[in-house]
Amino acid sequence: MSFKTTLFGASAMALVMTGAAFAENLVIATVNNGDMIRMQGLTDDFTEKTGHTVEWVTLEENVLRQRVTTDIAAKGGSFDIMTIGMYETPIWGANGWLVPLDDLSEEYDVADILPAMANGLSHEGTLYAAPFYGESSMVMYRTDLMEKAGMEMPEAPTWQFIREAAAAMDDPENDINGICLRGKAGWGEGGAFITVTGNSFGARWFDEEWNAQFDQPEWKEALEFYVGLMNDYGPEGYATNGFNENLSLFQQGKCGMWIDATVAASFVTNTNDSTVADSVGFALAPNSEGVDKKSNWLWAWALAVPAGTQKEAAAKQFIEWATSKDYIELVASKEGWANVPPGARTSLYENPEYQAVPFAKMTLDSINAADPTNPTVKPVPYVGIQFAAIPEFAGIATEVSQEFSAVYAGQQSIDEALEKAQALTNDAMEAAGYR
Amino acid sequence: MATQHSRSAARLMMAPAVILLLGWMLVPLIMTLTFSFKKYLPLRGGDLGWVGFENYTRFVTSSAFWPSVVATLAIVGGVLVITIGFGILLAILLNQPMWGQGIVRILVIAPFFVMPTVSALVWKNMFMDPTNGLLSHLWRFFGAEPVSWLSEASMTSIVMIVSWQWLPFATLILLTAIQSLDSEQLEAAEMDGAPTFKRFLYITLPHLSRAITIVLLIQTIFLLAIFAEIFVTTGGAFGTRTLTYLIFQRVLEAQNVGLGSAGGVYAIILANIVAIFLMRIVGKNLDA
Amino acid sequence: MARAVTQQRKLINTAIAWGIGLLIFFPILWTILTSFKTEATAIADPPVFLNFDWTLENYTAVMERSNYAKFLWNSIIIAGGSTLLGILVAVPAAWSMAFVPSKRTKDILLWMLSTKMLPAVGVLYPIYLICIKFGLLDSRLALVVILMLMNLPIIVWMLYTYFREIPGEILEAARMDGASLKEEILYILTPMAVPGIASTLLLNFILAWNEAFWTLNLTAVNAAPLTAFIASYSSPEGLFFAKLSAASTMAIAPILILGWFSQKQLVSGLTFGAVK
Repeated sequence: MSFKTTLFGASAMALVMTGAAFAENLVIATVNNGDMIRMQGLTDDFTEKTGHTVEWVTLEENVLRQRVTTDIAAKGGSFDIMTIGMYETPIWGANGWLVPLDDLSEEYDVADILPAMANGLSHEGTLYAAPFYGESSMVMYRTDLMEKAGMEMPEAPTWQFIREAAAAMDDPENDINGICLRGKAGWGEGGAFITVTGNSFGARWFDEEWNAQFDQPEWKEALEFYVGLMNDYGPEGYATNGFNENLSLFQQGKCGMWIDATVAASFVTNTNDSTVADSVGFALAPNSEGVDKKSNWLWAWALAVPAGTQKEAAAKQFIEWATSKDYIELVASKEGWANVPPGARTSLYENPEYQAVPFAKMTLDSINAADPTNPTVKPVPYVGIQFAAIPEFAGIATEVSQEFSAVYAGQQSIDEALEKAQALTNDAMEAAGYR
Repeated sequence: MATQHSRSAARLMMAPAVILLLGWMLVPLIMTLTFSFKKYLPLRGGDLGWVGFENYTRFVTSSAFWPSVVATLAIVGGVLVITIGFGILLAILLNQPMWGQGIVRILVIAPFFVMPTVSALVWKNMFMDPTNGLLSHLWRFFGAEPVSWLSEASMTSIVMIVSWQWLPFATLILLTAIQSLDSEQLEAAEMDGAPTFKRFLYITLPHLSRAITIVLLIQTIFLLAIFAEIFVTTGGAFGTRTLTYLIFQRVLEAQNVGLGSAGGVYAIILANIVAIFLMRIVGKNLDA
Repeated sequence: MARAVTQQRKLINTAIAWGIGLLIFFPILWTILTSFKTEATAIADPPVFLNFDWTLENYTAVMERSNYAKFLWNSIIIAGGSTLLGILVAVPAAWSMAFVPSKRTKDILLWMLSTKMLPAVGVLYPIYLICIKFGLLDSRLALVVILMLMNLPIIVWMLYTYFREIPGEILEAARMDGASLKEEILYILTPMAVPGIASTLLLNFILAWNEAFWTLNLTAVNAAPLTAFIASYSSPEGLFFAKLSAASTMAIAPILILGWFSQKQLVSGLTFGAVK
């Protein structure tokens, strides 16, 4: 232990020397999102500082999940560091599959991690993964179109207002949809969106006894609202639109509003890729009138070390590097402040240079407005906002969201979908031994 | 003529392949069977003991089971009909005299070399995307409303993608068969004034029956197991969840290995039913 | 007169065949073209064909991000190794089935084919655990063996059909001359079966190259082939058609080129005994 402390407490210069003596080659599994690709490009900085080299296994999100889950459950040891999310971390941490990150160095400043993120990445108070970037969700809207419609977006709109605004901005002749939302099947795609929408209508996945709640009126109301809104003012084929599809629609100026991950803000305001970069405004994710829960989620992509790795010390060094304040500075110096990984550290939001970034404040407000331990109006036995942090959830929610997507595509009615969702959820929970 | 000696030598030579295949089949099969009677949840600590036939009942009583069997058969059937139908036409066409036959043949067989993952990605994004896909541009050019291929016509789209991949295979085998057709026989029939269609029906088609059998058999084996095309395009939504995909969902998405293994046993049963059915109708063509 | 008609028919045939050929090839052509566009041009409406500013930026970006050579090398080793090993195991089996058939030959053949129907995902965990036990996770050897076993039924069957077409009299004559079993196979059978073996090799190389379940799930860095390379370019955030096209082109180009150069061998041997 003392060895480790010395190692981590050492200055950068000492790190170079120690690192060179124990040069390791780290295998890191990560997702092919923009921020991670950028990190890949900056790996040399880490190697320079520590002497450790890094090999990347970059995979598309679905493949990555399947790959790292198999490996950790079978104790394969293929990776020294895994990129996982807020869903996996507490479950794996509870299983003892991850190395606790309770001995990070002083200068790393664990206390600086946004409390919402630290909570979501901990199990019983122990941090198991360090957030690389974090996000909530919020409304992104076209200020020019709002102005043209003669409306003004409040800071915290209701769904009812969103519908009015969508109606006002919808302009099929000019190829502008009033609103773009996720409808794609998959628990992390449309499943996440409809779950938070449900939350904001007072719905919940399970009651305190783990009974599925899709037979309750709140779910029906939420789905009816969503389907009505999208059929009237959404794009064609929204049943297959996920984050990516909507991003590209919004960047091409084809959406009046888009409610999605806060990280999208840096993409839609980036003048290189976005045709509407100069006219994007932000607001908190909506709630239904009279319901005290907003439809914003909370998510982090985080780095974790699987238990049993031989390279624990080097792996922790990498995590300290990649999620440090210095890394943020490094990205800022190369790519500008708007492109730094957001949503992980308090100090970032106290930095005046970052405060000048147009979406900084709304991102922080959205993250702070999310409470994973208390996600719904009625009490629930689970932790998590757009998911329930139990191992069975991903499978169940993917199937449920497939039933919902079939509704969006006009292949079945809302009632049919809810009935199937109720049955399959209860069945799976029974198979897992909850009921 | 085969002597006792060569017989035993033959057995000896066959042994490696048979033993290997036996191992390949038995080891996973036994493992699958074992797990299928267990509550095996990797995310909840792995092996949680024997549960009898619980997984089997749960798998078939799930509302997803029968639709998945139907989806499997629909995809296999659809692709077989399209590839064999168009394969015959293409083979006949390619057998005609023309300029640049070699190049055309290269163009036609190219899709067979493309990885299923790549072809699914290319079709999904660059052709079937309702906003930026080439097909939607084409539809809009003709003033039509673009189709959301993978949701509104999900099954058709997947059959289309898979057929595109397998058409070359069918065409190649059928073409080789057609080339071996005795041209004198056809010419004689032509002299006798037999119309084209009759010549096709009574001479070409019977000649091709063996080749068709082969295509049917080989493609069925591969098509029953298609996975990448669905994983990439619809993820099993919109009625495209095949039995293989359902098992994938149970094992990897829901992390219920016991339940998935029971599904695996059902898949083997289904495959064998299809195989026996195939043998019945085409077995006599296959004097193996 | 007759000649004129044939010429005209030939012209029509050519036109139709080329039209269909290009239509079938178009998705590949479009992918290759898109790989030379910028991301913005790749989704341009109306789409542009050839009159765009050709750029290599996607290839540069892909090469910068991924060690393409390593993925390619792994693909070659895994596909090549599994195919060669498969042939080695299959030749004796196919020989004995073709020349010393018994009542059970047909059953054995069909049973071999039926082993191909076991859904791979159901045995992912078992196989994964076996690989861990033998330290074969992320090793090319494991994939060589697994892909060999996966394709072995097809290899045996293909070879069997070629061997069966070799007239038995030749063998008998050789035996009369006192040729041993080994010589029989080595000097008589094998040369006669070369076209068949060549096309078997090619077909199985293609199948192994394109296999995307085991190659993706049992590898990390050391043994990852091109299927894993592709998985890092499918559906990232933002616009990606052009980069995806470049990566796709790089993944399929080697096998496409190989296939085109060897199509004569592939075609002549790809009969599965369908031609009498």
